[in-house]
Amino acid sequence: MTDQHTSTDAVESELLDFLAGQTRSRWEPETDLFAAGGLSSLFAMQLVVHLEKSYGIAIRGADLRLDNFRSARLMSALVRRLQAAQSDGLDG
Amino acid sequence: MTTAPEQHDAADPSPHALTVLGGGVMGVGISTLALGHGLPVHLVDLDRTRLDRARDRIADELRLAQLLGALPPATTPGELSTGTVLDAAALATAVVEAITENAELKAEVLAEVSALVRPGTPLITNTSSIPVDELAGAVARPAELVGTHFMNPPYLIRTAEVIRGPRTGEPTLAAVAALLAALRRETVLVQDAPGFVTSRILHPMINDAARVVQQGTATVEAVDTLMQGCLGHPTGPLRTADLIGLDNLVDSLQVLYERTGDEGCRPCELLLNLVRQGRHGRKSGSGFYDYH
Repeated sequence: MTDQHTSTDAVESELLDFLAGQTRSRWEPETDLFAAGGLSSLFAMQLVVHLEKSYGIAIRGADLRLDNFRSARLMSALVRRLQAAQSDGLDG
Repeated sequence: MTTAPEQHDAADPSPHALTVLGGGVMGVGISTLALGHGLPVHLVDLDRTRLDRARDRIADELRLAQLLGALPPATTPGELSTGTVLDAAALATAVVEAITENAELKAEVLAEVSALVRPGTPLITNTSSIPVDELAGAVARPAELVGTHFMNPPYLIRTAEVIRGPRTGEPTLAAVAALLAALRRETVLVQDAPGFVTSRILHPMINDAARVVQQGTATVEAVDTLMQGCLGHPTGPLRTADLIGLDNLVDSLQVLYERTGDEGCRPCELLLNLVRQGRHGRKSGSGFYDYH
């Protein structure tokens, strides 16, 4: 479990750096990126592509919805879940 | 007149089969909208490279539309086919022409396709400003020509302007209403005129916004922030301009200026300069803003 948590924190931290680089401002892990005054929802697609390229996952079907990308913490949880599903051979 | 979108029934096979002409921004967006609602689309562009790029962009935009909840649930996307010749339009239930905003080119393409389609097939010219009746003389059956003005991206914007030319027939209007209802778009029917309603109001306003920047009154960001914060504009006029495409905007302003004589529609120098520099907006990576 410790390894899993470390990995999740690492993903979250990398995502916060990516967001800072792309938006030129720092974001908190649980801040809703797309709430009023935040990012355009069109930016969400860049996040999808970034997660897929960086973490070797495919985001499809019901996972492809804005609510999974609202914060660095939610995205980190999605990465962890899809990676676990892949390593369990459940990804279809 | 407005019509409300109908409920989409995923179990029924689509009675529609669209041919879309033009693999640019709007052709891709309209194809994405139709495919995402389960309609088969045949996309035609003379340029094979652009067609291949359009296919990739449609795949990306279908994902974006799904991500943003813009597609009906549990609907299998329609089948996309592509081609560099118009022949397949003979099988279409409707043809959407979405080539570049140039009246002569549009007339040429519409004339060719109208000779191929079955009588009774609506020919839909998607344009931001060219009056439908200027093109009606070019087609075999003018009553079958109707205009639409989809905003970009069509799958995220729920309302579409439908333009009735003086010669557009009732059956054509009914067929287009049924098609747009299947695409869950709200439609607003307007009469024919340069720029119709939305472009006639919006495009000179964007031109003025650019002129304000050109004259040094305010920065690009300041203009958009004020229009958003004070006037409730969703993105600001200059961000909207980048989404429209500055080259398309200049073409549309020229159409409006030539047909109305309104000096407010003469494209300002800043817009022309950006286009000359290849800064065409979001699609080229930069315009008023940088998207790299």
